[in-house]
Amino acid sequence: MNTHSMTLLTIIAEAILKDRLVQEVRHAGARGFTITEVSGEGSRQRRVSEILGDNIKIEVIATRETADRILAVLQQEFFPRYAVIAFLSDVQVVREEKYI
Amino acid sequence: MTLFQMFQANICSPMVLAFAFGIVCRLIKSELAIPRDLYTSLSIYLLFALGLKGGVELSHCAWQQLLWPAVATIVLGCITPLSSFAILRYLGGFSIADAAGIAAHYGSVSAVTFIAAEKFVYANIGEGSVAAIMPTLLTLLEIPGIQIALAIGVIGLARAKAHPGSGAIRPSLDVTSRSMGALWHELLTARSMVLLVGGLVIGLIIGYDGYASVKPFFDKGEWMFKGALTLFLLEMGLVAGSRLSDLKHAGAFLIVFGIAMPIAHGALGVYLGSLAGLDEGSCTVLGAMAASASYIAAPPAVRMTLPEANPTYYLTAALAITFPFNLLLGIPLYFRMAQALVGT
Repeated sequence: MNTHSMTLLTIIAEAILKDRLVQEVRHAGARGFTITEVSGEGSRQRRVSEILGDNIKIEVIATRETADRILAVLQQEFFPRYAVIAFLSDVQVVREEKYI
Repeated sequence: MTLFQMFQANICSPMVLAFAFGIVCRLIKSELAIPRDLYTSLSIYLLFALGLKGGVELSHCAWQQLLWPAVATIVLGCITPLSSFAILRYLGGFSIADAAGIAAHYGSVSAVTFIAAEKFVYANIGEGSVAAIMPTLLTLLEIPGIQIALAIGVIGLARAKAHPGSGAIRPSLDVTSRSMGALWHELLTARSMVLLVGGLVIGLIIGYDGYASVKPFFDKGEWMFKGALTLFLLEMGLVAGSRLSDLKHAGAFLIVFGIAMPIAHGALGVYLGSLAGLDEGSCTVLGAMAASASYIAAPPAVRMTLPEANPTYYLTAALAITFPFNLLLGIPLYFRMAQALVGT
């Protein structure tokens, strides 16, 4: 089967940021994404608050350029102010055209 | 009944005991947890039932009765965030963001404190002793306090950014990244607001006749509502209990603030209620509303708009200090104040 190299961007963030992050992901040109509710603790060993909901994980498969655009927005708008992490990984996909 | 006897009777109610039980569960490190979906379902049910009954009552109410109490409520909604902010910032030495974040919580209102105050009044001077317009006033008080406190925070941080050195914030902070339009939309469409207003409108339309068919499920006097409220308070106790360890981070000033501010706001609420012509039961409830701190509408709004504010401060103050204080001691105190001012 023919596979193609793409970039998987994973964002883990406070649940209240869901709508804003989705907007940024779309705006950067990503074609789709998957959101799951997750839980865990970060470097400070505590969650922001149980009242404000769980964390969410947003997974985006896109070109490296699109992923970089999203990362740049995260860097500028979100990392300094909210509990958010993001990381990139290389993935092999079939039907490349679905992501571009 | 003396104030002490009132405290005693209040403490032995199922709601208060469920709340205390929740705290005990956290103290003994029990694994008990109310599933998040159940917590959400209970809060939807309670808020909608509150709005619905309020709307039904309002449908039989002369609109003139609403005018002065509504004015008093809006005045309260404007004063409480300003007084909270000023005290926290200038007496407590809190940062602009922290002071504004906490003020947003104290400017808004806790629906469960409202219900608890109503139940307390009913238990002491009988059913129907709280004016039908009160749930409408609850809706009016929900938003202005949050908006005013957040505006103070956003403007204060923007000024501090324009004059680095005048405030301890990061210079790269972009406080204008969210428009006020987005904030308004968020507050007006927040779960608590939509449920209260939606319930009020539906209640207004259906009136007593339409309400009869759903009354056993939604009415505040029925077992279903009381049971749901008790279970909700158990969850509140669990949440408050898990924040008790944060009290040491909150500091003595915030602990004193979390008790003294509700008493001052409660007294003001009772006084303005009496000026607006409310009876003693309604003055008590208005006092409890003014004294309460929001923990449904305010936390997400503050977190989104003022992420620089430390959630430990505002959540601990609202949930672990002010809410239990009002539930246990504050409400009987506001009742006594109302009796002294307008009691028969």
